Amino acid sequence: MLIQWINTGLRKIPTWVLYLILPIPGLMAIAAGLTDNLGPEPINELEEELGEFALKLLILGLAVSPLLHFTRINLVRFRRAIGVMAFAYVTAHFLVWFVIDLQGLNQIWTEIVKRPYVTVGFAGFVAMIPLAITSNDLSVRRLGRFWRILHRLTYLVAILAGLHFILLSKGFDVEALAHMVVILAFLALRVNKWRRGLQSGLQGLRKKFVG
Amino acid sequence: MAHRWTNTLTRADVTPEPLWLNRRQVIAGALGAGAMASIASPAMAETLEPNTWEHITSYNNFYEFGTDKEDPAANAHRLNTSGWEIEVDGLVDAPGRYSLTSLLEGLSEEERIYRFRCVEAWSMVVPWNGVELKDILDKVGVQSGAKYVAFETANRPDEMPGLRYPVLDWPYREGLRLDEALHPLTLMAMGIYGKPIPNQNGAPIRLVVPWKYGFKSIKSIVRITLTDQEPATSWNMANAREYGFYSNVNPTVSHPRWSQASERKIGGGLFNRRQPTLMFNGYEAEVADLYKGMDLTTYF
Repeated sequence: MLIQWINTGLRKIPTWVLYLILPIPGLMAIAAGLTDNLGPEPINELEEELGEFALKLLILGLAVSPLLHFTRINLVRFRRAIGVMAFAYVTAHFLVWFVIDLQGLNQIWTEIVKRPYVTVGFAGFVAMIPLAITSNDLSVRRLGRFWRILHRLTYLVAILAGLHFILLSKGFDVEALAHMVVILAFLALRVNKWRRGLQSGLQGLRKKFVG
Repeated sequence: MAHRWTNTLTRADVTPEPLWLNRRQVIAGALGAGAMASIASPAMAETLEPNTWEHITSYNNFYEFGTDKEDPAANAHRLNTSGWEIEVDGLVDAPGRYSLTSLLEGLSEEERIYRFRCVEAWSMVVPWNGVELKDILDKVGVQSGAKYVAFETANRPDEMPGLRYPVLDWPYREGLRLDEALHPLTLMAMGIYGKPIPNQNGAPIRLVVPWKYGFKSIKSIVRITLTDQEPATSWNMANAREYGFYSNVNPTVSHPRWSQASERKIGGGLFNRRQPTLMFNGYEAEVADLYKGMDLTTYF
């Protein structure tokens, strides 16, 4: 009953609303940085805020399927906007690091190659690019089955992002580990589903050719 | 005996209190100082501007109070520093539990304006008030067999909420070689800007070793041990590949996670430029002799 009421409410929200709401925390952080309101070390703070929000959006994106499965709350319509905004935040996070933190093109490659946390974070960013490019109806139609397979990359991206967080933390960082636990839990739920799908697919084949 | 080391930075380099209250005014103040530069000492050409009280006391690494930079300022008020005692043990003539007042009694306090370089590649300039560690060690009498000094931070879970998490193997431990500990630059600080040191900065007493990465400068010390063996130190225990016992500031030895070639001085806003990191954090002339003949890439 409640679920139905929630889903009816959700259906009334146009998806473009997310493209207006989700940029707000990032824009506020940038505004705070420009007006000297991000604390003593605004460059790091801005980097962190953009990165953490991107990670939260990635996790929210992963939560859509299990949420539907276990509670019947349907956020599937919003998943593209969540994913695209996660990419926008990761891009902003990368640009802050590259343009105002690193301050030099000559350093970027050394940093990417030499520092594992940068390598992993950058790999996650690169893996998001094909997902962002194919986040439109035309690509979904054109790519067909392959689109679904391609977009499983989201799990890899989330794991790389979680690992990036763990690697850049000093010592035993509970917050970074907690994010990773959530990501791995969502992945575990999916892997089970994929395995069942694969098994039933194989069974189908067997029936067709053997039985 | 104080004043073994003469500061190249002077009182004139400290931004006066009314000025650091307002950054815009600080900039104006710097312009004023520039106008006086012609009559000032050559050291002023360094144009090192100490960080504001606000920045020094609100951007801290003190994991006993949480791992975010703002956590210590938010949580450290819970630490009760009254009646502070320090256990002095090991190879000393007069071991025992000293009250802070008795340990400092008769020692002369002075101001030291030091560069402070964190291993995370940010830096500050801090006007400390304190006594030379040597004076304290002389007082308790270092025995001839002693080669190292080990320090421990208070370990009070009720007052230090960060201790609930196994971020490090508590209590926090640090150590110095005896000659480093006796060096005139090595300070035990009880104040900043002439005021009692705030809890988040390591009240009531902390170590300051300006040529080493900040984590060596252990805070809220409750124990000092003279020993003949290199003591275990917290970050080295947590990750020996990244944090060595010496941890001297060295732009040529890269940390796996941060290039140590440059640093960003806190307080420069969103478009702050990086500046090159100096060998031994700019104290090469004073301390390079301590490491003569040592391969600093092995003993990092």
